[in-house]
Amino acid sequence: MTSTHKEAPAWQHAVFDALKAGNIRQIAYVPDVGHAYAIQQAQRDPAITDVVLTTEEEGVAVVSGAWLGGQRAALLMQSSGVGNCVNMFSLLRSCNFPFLTLVTMRGEYAEFNSWQSPMGKSTQQALELMGITVLRASKPDEVGEIVSAAIDSAFLAGEQVAVLLSQTLIGRKKWERN
Amino acid sequence: MSTTLNASGAVDRRAFVSQLIAASPDALVVSGLGSPSYDVFAAGDRDQNFYLWGAMGGAVALGLGLALAQPERSVLVITGDGEQLMGVGSLGTVGATQPKNLTILVLDNGHFGETGMQRSHTSLGTNLVEVAHGFGIEDAFTVTGEDQVGEIAERVMSRRGATFVQVFINPDEPPRALPPRDGVHVKNRFRAALGCATF
Repeated sequence: MTSTHKEAPAWQHAVFDALKAGNIRQIAYVPDVGHAYAIQQAQRDPAITDVVLTTEEEGVAVVSGAWLGGQRAALLMQSSGVGNCVNMFSLLRSCNFPFLTLVTMRGEYAEFNSWQSPMGKSTQQALELMGITVLRASKPDEVGEIVSAAIDSAFLAGEQVAVLLSQTLIGRKKWERN
Repeated sequence: MSTTLNASGAVDRRAFVSQLIAASPDALVVSGLGSPSYDVFAAGDRDQNFYLWGAMGGAVALGLGLALAQPERSVLVITGDGEQLMGVGSLGTVGATQPKNLTILVLDNGHFGETGMQRSHTSLGTNLVEVAHGFGIEDAFTVTGEDQVGEIAERVMSRRGATFVQVFINPDEPPRALPPRDGVHVKNRFRAALGCATF
C-alpha cells in the first residue's frame, strides 16, 4: 500500500506536528484517509502509543483512562464516528476529563456517498449537544494553529474540544480505481 | 433468587472481589457500572479506585488507556457480563495492544442485575472466554471457586501479559454499597494518588 501512497499533504503534517509538540502520548483512532499520516507517524514514534479501535466510543474511554494515568491522548475519527460516541461522551461531562478529538468531515462537500450525509450534517450539533466545544479548520494553513489551540484548551484549561477538519481539506474522493 | 439462574455460578461476588483487591494491594482498579462498582466500594474505598456509574461498555477501554499510561502499575478492571458485552469490541483493542499490566475480571451472573435480572447473552450462548481468546487475549480462563483468588492476584501483580478472567458468580443481589458519584472528585483523587495535578 505505502508504495502507491502519494506524499501526505502539508496540513496532515501540521496535524501530527501539533500533536507531537503538544506531548500527546496516545493516539486512539478509527482510521480515515485524512488521518492516515498521523496514524502512520504515531505507529513509528516510540514515544506515542497508537490504539486502533473497533468503534469510536471505545476511544472516548481510552483517552480518559490515559488522562487518569497522567498522559495526554487524542481521539482521531471520521464524522460518522461522532454519532457512535454520544452516550460515552457523558464520561467526559461527569468527570470533567480534558478531551481532544480530531474529526475528518464527510457529507458536507462534494460528497458522493449520500449515506455519509445524515451524520456528517449533524456532527457539530451532536458534539455541542454533549457539551463539547467545536473548532473548525477549513484551510490548509490554519490547521496546525487550530489543532495546537485545541490542545491548549483541552490540557491547560481542562476543556472538551473537537476540531472538525473540513471535507474541503480532503477534497473529492476518487471513486474509480485505475 | 435461585441458583438455576446461573447454574455454574457458585462464587460469592463480594467475598471474591474483596479478597482479590486485598491480595493485589498496589493495583489501580476500574469498576464497571452497577454491581461491580458496589462490590469494589464494599471491599473498602481506595484513592486508587475509579468507579464508573455510567459510560456503559467503557470500563475495559478506560482501563486500557490507564494501563498504557502507567506501564509500571498493575491495572485491574472489574466489571459485569452486561457491561462487558456492550463494549465487547474493546477486548479486540486489548488484543491488538497487549498491555502486560492489564487484568480484566468479569463477574458473570448471566443477567442484567441492575434492571430486573433479565438474561444476558452469557446465559443464551455467548462464551466470553472464547470471545477473549478469539480477540487475541491468550491468557483467558474461567473461575468457579473462591480458592482461585490467589492465582488471579499473582497475574495482576506480575504484569506479564493481558489477562481475561470470567468468574461465575452466584446471581444474588447483596446490599447496595454506593461509591461516590462525583466523578470529578474520584478522578482528581485518583490522579493525586499517582502524583498528577488536577489538570
